[in-house]
Amino acid sequence: MKNQSIKNNLDWTCVIIYIALVIMGWLNIYSSSLSSMEGTSEKQLIFIVLTIPLIFIILSVDGKFYEKYASIIFGISLLSLAGLFVFGKTIAGQRCWYGFGSFTLQPSEFAKAATALALAKYLSDSQINLKEVNRQIQALAIVFLPVMLILPQPDPGSALIYSIFIIVLYREGLPSWYVWTGFITILLFVLTLVLQPQYVILIALLVLIIVHFKSRLGDRNLLLSSILFVLMSGFVLSVNYVFEHVFKQHHRDRFNILLGKSVDLKGIGYNTNQSEIAIGSGGWFGKGFLEGTQTKGGFVPEQHTDYIFTTVGEEWGFVGSLVVIGLFAGLFLRIIYLAERQKTKFSRVYGYCVAGILFIHFFVNIAMVVGIFPTIGVPLPFFSYGGSGLWGFTILLFIFIKMDANKVNEW
Amino acid sequence: MRKVLLPSLIIVAALLLVIRIFYLQFVDDSFKLKSDNNAIKIKYDYPERGYIYDRNGKLLVANQASYDIMVIPRDVENMDTLEFCQLLDITKEDFLKRMAKAKIYSPRLPSVFLPQLNKSEFAAFQEKIRKFQGFYFQKRSLRDYEVDYGANVFGFITQVNEKLVAKNPYYNSGDLIGRQGVEESYEDILRGIKGVKYFQKDKYNREIGSYKEGRYDTIAVQGEDINLTIDSELQKYGEQLMINKRGGIVAIEPKTGEILALVTAPSYDPSILVGRQRSKNYTVLYHDSIAKPLYDRGLLAEYPPGSPFKILTGLVALQEGVINEHTTFMCHHGFSYARGRFMKCHGFGPHQLHNGIYNSCNTYFASAYMLTINKYAKPAYAVDVWSNHIKSFGLGQFMGYDLPTGKKGNIPDSKTYKKIYPNGGWRSTTIVSNAIGQGEVLMTPIQLANMMATVANEGYYYTPHIIKRIEGHKIDKKFTTKHVTTIDKKYYKPMISGLFDVYNLGTASSLRVEGIDICGKTGTAENFAKINGKREQLKDHSIFVAFAPKDNPKIAIAILVENGGFGATIAGPIASLMIEKFLRKKITRTDLETRILNTSLQGQYAKLGGLSDIIKLQLRVEDSIKNKKTAVPVPVIKVDTTQQN
Repeated sequence: MKNQSIKNNLDWTCVIIYIALVIMGWLNIYSSSLSSMEGTSEKQLIFIVLTIPLIFIILSVDGKFYEKYASIIFGISLLSLAGLFVFGKTIAGQRCWYGFGSFTLQPSEFAKAATALALAKYLSDSQINLKEVNRQIQALAIVFLPVMLILPQPDPGSALIYSIFIIVLYREGLPSWYVWTGFITILLFVLTLVLQPQYVILIALLVLIIVHFKSRLGDRNLLLSSILFVLMSGFVLSVNYVFEHVFKQHHRDRFNILLGKSVDLKGIGYNTNQSEIAIGSGGWFGKGFLEGTQTKGGFVPEQHTDYIFTTVGEEWGFVGSLVVIGLFAGLFLRIIYLAERQKTKFSRVYGYCVAGILFIHFFVNIAMVVGIFPTIGVPLPFFSYGGSGLWGFTILLFIFIKMDANKVNEW
Repeated sequence: MRKVLLPSLIIVAALLLVIRIFYLQFVDDSFKLKSDNNAIKIKYDYPERGYIYDRNGKLLVANQASYDIMVIPRDVENMDTLEFCQLLDITKEDFLKRMAKAKIYSPRLPSVFLPQLNKSEFAAFQEKIRKFQGFYFQKRSLRDYEVDYGANVFGFITQVNEKLVAKNPYYNSGDLIGRQGVEESYEDILRGIKGVKYFQKDKYNREIGSYKEGRYDTIAVQGEDINLTIDSELQKYGEQLMINKRGGIVAIEPKTGEILALVTAPSYDPSILVGRQRSKNYTVLYHDSIAKPLYDRGLLAEYPPGSPFKILTGLVALQEGVINEHTTFMCHHGFSYARGRFMKCHGFGPHQLHNGIYNSCNTYFASAYMLTINKYAKPAYAVDVWSNHIKSFGLGQFMGYDLPTGKKGNIPDSKTYKKIYPNGGWRSTTIVSNAIGQGEVLMTPIQLANMMATVANEGYYYTPHIIKRIEGHKIDKKFTTKHVTTIDKKYYKPMISGLFDVYNLGTASSLRVEGIDICGKTGTAENFAKINGKREQLKDHSIFVAFAPKDNPKIAIAILVENGGFGATIAGPIASLMIEKFLRKKITRTDLETRILNTSLQGQYAKLGGLSDIIKLQLRVEDSIKNKKTAVPVPVIKVDTTQQN
């Protein structure tokens, strides 16, 4: 009877989109690995099949379990990340994996869900008010702990993902200047790379003056504006310094390629160029399943993992890309919709985290593939090859689906 | 506000991605092409070129297999370099150099290690090839010349130049194309159509199957065989007679316009332009700017024809009615055609058309020409009338024959003189040297031969051509279209009779061939050259034109021997020998034959500063006539033969 009620209460929209994305992902992995990577699609199929018991376990565990044990799960997750420094297996310079024979596990894929649970748990306490600086620091600490463990692996891609928690915290009351700061930081960073630093400082000054006089505020704000200006100038100059002196050449190259400042199609620009060629040659309906010449020829490196979307663009064309992007966007909006109608703060925050984490993966990954974001290793949820990723995202999503289905019982 | 941020971000981000994808797929349309360049490899299937036969079906040009040794540097492993070098007859240094070159091109892709080995060079290596990992061979088809003559007729095969690649979509860089001779003029027919296969390739440029199941592939179409109008025996004989001389011979069958022989000297053995030594040999031939072995003198040597032109002067005068057979002019070793102007002549006494021709009397023809021009009040009009008559013999124009080179020659008309004398004031006396084939008149040997063919036919000719038959095609209609001259048929008879007596009573009486009635005419062309900066008159070019037999002519011929002297000394005997060879297949005038074969004008030519053609001729004699058919003869050129570029 219990199972029956879960089935009725499951949000089938989410489930169906999830299934559709996983199937599409597998088809594209099949196509991209057909000619050169024997066994890849078969392995992915096994991972997919293994998600079925995983999902059943998640759904059958009591709904209260996740809230109750969130801290423990988070702790285990942090330990697993820390353990990498001792037991981790290094692949391509990154120490992100535990090896069990030929099988590897990437704990950072599971840490996202754990962090989401921990954050949800922390915020679910009705005493917590994010207007208080202490609370803000505590909440941000939850986010920064795993980041600190992931960054030195080094895995900047996974670390980048955690920035989305700012948005979640903002939803729960974090002062808006955090978001503004984040936004302005990104804007200044990009502008500094595109323009000369002195122009960026000039623009910042103009904007500040306009804002100051428009808002017709007093001397206190003049002081604030001045401080802001000094901070921004300092940031711009330091970005320039960091870019030129701290970044390694391959980091600089990634940005330069993106900004069109450097064209090296055989070297560092090869990935992005081949990826754009694959998508750009797709046309309206694509070259057809298994017909992509870029895909068959293996021109796009890492096509079955981070660059899986190129197969969609090439073989399924614009229409296929639109469908995939539409499904993703639909899933995220649906999750947010569900999150907003949760009865408990815990599951609302968690739902928000799920939507945010999936979204930032989706955006960073496809933006990189289509050449509007620097090359960074972030998988496309449900699409990219890899068991850890698929299971991590599945767990992340289905815990929320379980919470959502549970809300009736709770009342 | 707080609830809206994330959904808004999601929607904006999704739109941004869609716009970017739209841009990639529809706005910037370069990606489709880039993708094709990336992923499609085109392979051509080159058909064999058509064979070339002579008029009697004798095979002249066929094909031979040639082998390129290919290498993929990355796959080369612990090999016995010494044995390898021995098998291919290369030095260790050469091996290392070629290997390095291949590596620079690409360690992963095949490149040509050693091109164009012939069967015997390749045989030894073939047995051992499996011992050398990373090496393999590629078979190609090259020309195989069954004869050692006719190089100018055939032309040669070379790599297509980039200009043509850009202009003609059929050709790709590196393709072979016929250049000069029939290889050029019948390129489209001989080459066939190459087949195209599209392959899907991967990022290493390796093939991974056919592209779209071969939907766009095409099958190669074999080149067609052709028969030339050339009589190979006559061609060969002509080239032998011209050894140690420079000049050209053109023989035409009057009834059809078919070119029986087209000789230029010096020439070369066509097979030296095939195989490993090709480019080296070509460079030698190409850079010889004095002997010009690649220059077809039969088609291109443009000279004032001299006396043979008197035939036309006479015919036009007859047609214009200013003389008849019996009109008599007195010759006093020449005549004074204007005050203080005297034209010399070797003749003396009264001349009519008949002895005018066989004595080649300058006085007679200059007088007849002046009458022709003076017939009309305006010399400009008169010269145009005359010019049109002459042009009806196909002169002063490209004749439209099917060989890729030619010169128009020159037949002056009123425009010519308007240019020379912008203020007018010219009249018949001014331009009288045209009468005897000097002045502004220029002709090539093939034009002279065509003129004789027209006289032999008594007033018509067919455009000279070298194609007799194309497998499965018709030959161009213009070669079967009769061109009739503006001279009435009846005027040819007395002219022919005069030409016949050139052999009996005239300048060629020593050149008679018993039993063959030959009509002919000697000629000489003055010529000058700058030697050490001074303009010097060189020995005259020897010219002879003829046709035979007198009744029912089978061959018309023109011969030019540069610096050969008087027409009857060298060109005349060659004409007789050629005619006898063609009509009788054997030579009775062995005295003439021996004399001509032993005549060398190299001493004369040495003055021009060219020793180079002696080397060339050696190359011909040593190489081609004596020891033929070791697929690629090693030419006796004093250049290094081990390397090739």
